[in-house]
Amino acid sequence: MTTATPTPARSTPKRSGSSASWRWSDRLGLGLAWFLGLLFCAIAAAIVIYFLVEGIRYLRPNLLVTNPAPGVSESQTGGFLDPLLGTLILGAMSMAVAVPVGVGIAVWLSEFGRPTGLARVAESAVEMLAGEPSVVLALFGTILFTVGQLGFLSQTSHGIVLGQSFFAAAAMLSLVGLPMVVASTREGLQAIPSHVREASYAVGKTKIATTRRVLLPAARPSVITGSMLGLGRVIGDTAIVLLLLGGTLTFQAANSTPLLGLLRGTGDTLTGYIYYNAPTGDGNQPSKAYAAAFVLMLMVLAINVGVDFVVRRSQRAVRWS
Amino acid sequence: MELRKPPPVRRLTGDEIPAPPSTNGNGRHPTAAFALPARRAARDAAIAIDRMQVESLSVSYGNKPAVKSVSLPIRQGEVLALIGPSGCGKTTLLRSLNRLTELTRGATLSGRITLDGVDIATLEPTALRRRVTMVFQQPNPFPMSVFDNVAYVLREQASRRPRRNAVKGAVRDALARAGLLDEVADNLSHPALRLSGGQQQRLCIARALAADPEVLLLDEPCSALDPQSTRLIEDLILKLRDDVAVVIVTHNLQQAYRIADSVAFMYLGELVEYGSGHKMFGEPREPRTQEYISGAFG
Repeated sequence: MTTATPTPARSTPKRSGSSASWRWSDRLGLGLAWFLGLLFCAIAAAIVIYFLVEGIRYLRPNLLVTNPAPGVSESQTGGFLDPLLGTLILGAMSMAVAVPVGVGIAVWLSEFGRPTGLARVAESAVEMLAGEPSVVLALFGTILFTVGQLGFLSQTSHGIVLGQSFFAAAAMLSLVGLPMVVASTREGLQAIPSHVREASYAVGKTKIATTRRVLLPAARPSVITGSMLGLGRVIGDTAIVLLLLGGTLTFQAANSTPLLGLLRGTGDTLTGYIYYNAPTGDGNQPSKAYAAAFVLMLMVLAINVGVDFVVRRSQRAVRWS
Repeated sequence: MELRKPPPVRRLTGDEIPAPPSTNGNGRHPTAAFALPARRAARDAAIAIDRMQVESLSVSYGNKPAVKSVSLPIRQGEVLALIGPSGCGKTTLLRSLNRLTELTRGATLSGRITLDGVDIATLEPTALRRRVTMVFQQPNPFPMSVFDNVAYVLREQASRRPRRNAVKGAVRDALARAGLLDEVADNLSHPALRLSGGQQQRLCIARALAADPEVLLLDEPCSALDPQSTRLIEDLILKLRDDVAVVIVTHNLQQAYRIADSVAFMYLGELVEYGSGHKMFGEPREPRTQEYISGAFG
């Protein structure tokens, strides 16, 4: 073929790409899709902008380093250092349980899954957990952690186990984060083509070694994504904090043992703090609530950006043939 | 590098088939009956030693037979090509040789395969698969660096030991045997999935060689590759056959013709004909073989 092939004339533009030639019902659908898309963008933007404005207006550095204090005016009630720390502690504790357990469940479901019946039961159990309202989990937690044998996880007063502590709240919150970790990890494992597994078996590796050294490293971005999504849900949960952590605004350690006393005691998180200080809450310190909400929102946004970053980077690094 | 013409693919006419077998220089092989370019395997293989024996092997998936009572030897020092149309059981036969078929649910196997006189059913599968390694159709490097891909094979199961420096020599060795070292030597930590397809496949060969196997199984290793990479891999196979028994499944008759010392033609799960490459392409005994290699079906 010669190089001087004339390019076809572009005098007749194709109209199929534009919606002008579509049926009216399709055009209506397209318009509706556009409208709804823009509407939800607007709603999301409104929330972010509102709390951004309110947050910047009310957030003062000293709010982050002072503790809530009793009082009636804004100047007396202090900041939210303890709730902020509470959020961090609870998030770390919950994910410390949810990630290993979730990854384990995902690996078992995706790579082993025998007997099939048990796998199906486990699968629906995880799905059920994902759909469970957290207040139900919290209620179950109040029953579970007031059992005498679990008294060492919280405080005991005159033989009665109070059942409210960081341990109790973290245990139930880990169930909130768990389904996200399981779902995302499973997805990541299932995205690995089977010929990669076979390649490993074909050089004499066992299933365990393959999972440990090939599959889990390959699924790491999914594990991280799931963990971050789970963490987002954990730090945003309120019901479990109120019922199982006590919602006491400040840390009330069970005893003077340095860390253990704190974790066996009650406390609060940002969500509990917002709940208390909301205009309709007991505290009614809206400016504090807005500031705390702003901080919480920044944390969740940072997590989302982190997820996005991990996903993007992994898409560049791993492209299966 | 001058390109060789592929062998002509055409139906043999009656007077062409019984061409009198003439002998070449050393008088060992009859030349092909129809005019063919020189085989790539210009040098004959060293003395062939029997490594594996397949004895009346049958494999079925559920109640669907895939391989029916196949017996053939696998020798070190020669390349055995399994040819035949799709679904004829070549790959199943190949996968039975290192017991990968057992990983397929519902696969049942009867008959016997021996490796150096020992029934492979009595061996530990993981140990067997290090002695009989496999390269797949689709290049399937692990999503890690070039170095780690090979080092993974050298390490005990999921262990991290021996350490990187301790396996360095062996990794480079395996890469050199697979003819990849020159291209990757300056950056062994390059992600394997970013190599070209041909390089990935040679990395997979390096990985398979790192275990120092006695038998190397290749399942259509070139079908996803360009002609240049195919040529590199074919050269490599011919170099390897002295130290390892090589079994290659191929859809590409020209490829079988170029590199195989022995050829087994399978059809509908049966081994129709087994013989030297010269015989099979020159004067096949079975009419079905004749039809297949002349392109009547496939």
